[in-house]
Amino acid sequence: MHKILIVGEHDGKTLNPATAKCVTCARSVADAEISIALLGADTAAVAAQAAALASVKSVLRIDREENAHPLAATFAPQLAALAADFSHLLGPSTSFGKDLMPRVAALLKVPQVSDLMAVEGAYRFRRPIYAGNAIVTVEADPARKLVATVRVASFEAAGGGGSASIESKSLGIALPSHTRYVGAKSGSTDRPDLQTASKVVSGGRALGSAENFKLLFSFADKIGAAVGASRAAVDAGYAPNEMQVGQTGKIIAPEMYIAVGISGAIQHLTGIKDARTIVAINKDGEAPIFEVADVGLVGDLFQVMPELQKLVGT
Amino acid sequence: MQKIMVCIKRVVDYNVRVRVKPDGSGVMLDGVKMSVNPFDEIALEEALRIKERVGGVEVLAVSIGVADTQQQLRTALAMGADRALLVQSDAAVEPLTAAQTFLAVAQKEQPDLVFLGKQAIDDDANQTGQMLAAMWDRPQATYASKVQIEGAKAQVTREVDAGLETIEVDLPAVITVDLRLNEPRYVKLPDIMKAKKKPLDVTTLDALGVSAGQLIKIVKTDPPPLRQKGVMVKDVAELFAVLKKKGLL
Repeated sequence: MHKILIVGEHDGKTLNPATAKCVTCARSVADAEISIALLGADTAAVAAQAAALASVKSVLRIDREENAHPLAATFAPQLAALAADFSHLLGPSTSFGKDLMPRVAALLKVPQVSDLMAVEGAYRFRRPIYAGNAIVTVEADPARKLVATVRVASFEAAGGGGSASIESKSLGIALPSHTRYVGAKSGSTDRPDLQTASKVVSGGRALGSAENFKLLFSFADKIGAAVGASRAAVDAGYAPNEMQVGQTGKIIAPEMYIAVGISGAIQHLTGIKDARTIVAINKDGEAPIFEVADVGLVGDLFQVMPELQKLVGT
Repeated sequence: MQKIMVCIKRVVDYNVRVRVKPDGSGVMLDGVKMSVNPFDEIALEEALRIKERVGGVEVLAVSIGVADTQQQLRTALAMGADRALLVQSDAAVEPLTAAQTFLAVAQKEQPDLVFLGKQAIDDDANQTGQMLAAMWDRPQATYASKVQIEGAKAQVTREVDAGLETIEVDLPAVITVDLRLNEPRYVKLPDIMKAKKKPLDVTTLDALGVSAGQLIKIVKTDPPPLRQKGVMVKDVAELFAVLKKKGLL
């Protein structure tokens, strides 16, 4: 049997959907027993959500004041201690998991496999390299603990209906104080979350200004979509960093991705390859985005978008 | 602040479209343009800006790789690093081994800060900085978009999924950098000439007491699955009709 511990991501109130995707990844390992670890100041609410995920056997709560903010320096030693009872340790390939998991792996003196996109065996996986231009099949040593991050765009979220046990654990280990949380700034919005939205409308440099992005926001609100941006648009200051889609931004897998004025650099394409339907709207018919688009329209976005919005409205 | 160490990786240039070898044994690297990993360039630029602001700071560029990696270290010296160290290894080095190697160098050099790119654009692993920080038992500040040094502390703003997060770390610390931290300078010809006279030492993993075992076996390399060829529509009305038919609008 493989005992898999998933590091749950949450904000104290809500379990991040990335956790349910990690559960699906873990379920594709044959003969797996799945647990979820939750670190926080008070994880009661999120523990109930985690316990309801299908196929999860137990939820481990590690509540202490120092866990109020997810700092890798303080979380990692606690997870390394918890890992003693497990063969596998999985975390999501989100900024939370990418920051944390390698620190845990190093404390355990084991390598990490990043961005699992498919499970071929308990120690055999597929993962992308070179911005997704190649896929490697890798094998880790079964004699060691396996630490990995899960490419969340590659897995559906596990359903509900589960009834895992919830256990509060006290690890009693000293934590470093050399790393301190100061604050956070997020452009919170009422729009769907970019990483989990079923529809995403994304803008590139051709938008020309932050003001013009309103064109996309207005259309997105009409169809219930999240809004993303290319690196070029973020670099130009048209959109904040949390909207960036691509190799170094967010990797997403919506039902529909509408790329507006995005040329389609390989670094961007790697972030959208798992979208079910890719729609491209671009003035340049030679733009590489059309090579991956399911539906393409050559045209001026400043004419196309208002016209499309009008049609949707009727 | 006396010394900053910057870790640099030689990678396939980011403009090259990488292709998989037909026999699945890896990607084609023969004759391909190699460069400094773009994130590491940003890391070096930040170190140089701190050096210019604070003064009296030595910037050391360190890399692990084949003998030709000296080219990338010369680029680092031309950008403004004071000296360079190549840990020569013909075999590819995994992130855990890279972190062990940088740890050995850090213990010897005792830098106040170690800068790295947040990930290398070849293996996209995003591990080395965090692993180094763990083994060094020092703070880590990953995905930095702003770095402020205040005495023996640094305030680092990080790019996270929800937006921006600021943390404070005691020095020495490991900082991995994101895209928007700065824009690396262009190297000028006189700087390239000057860089030829700067010290570039070469050592080996053995000499540092690091073993280069392969812990994760790469079984095969495949090209990514191709997407079905799409359709081009002629106008907005047709676009709307197609998406409507697919149930997407």
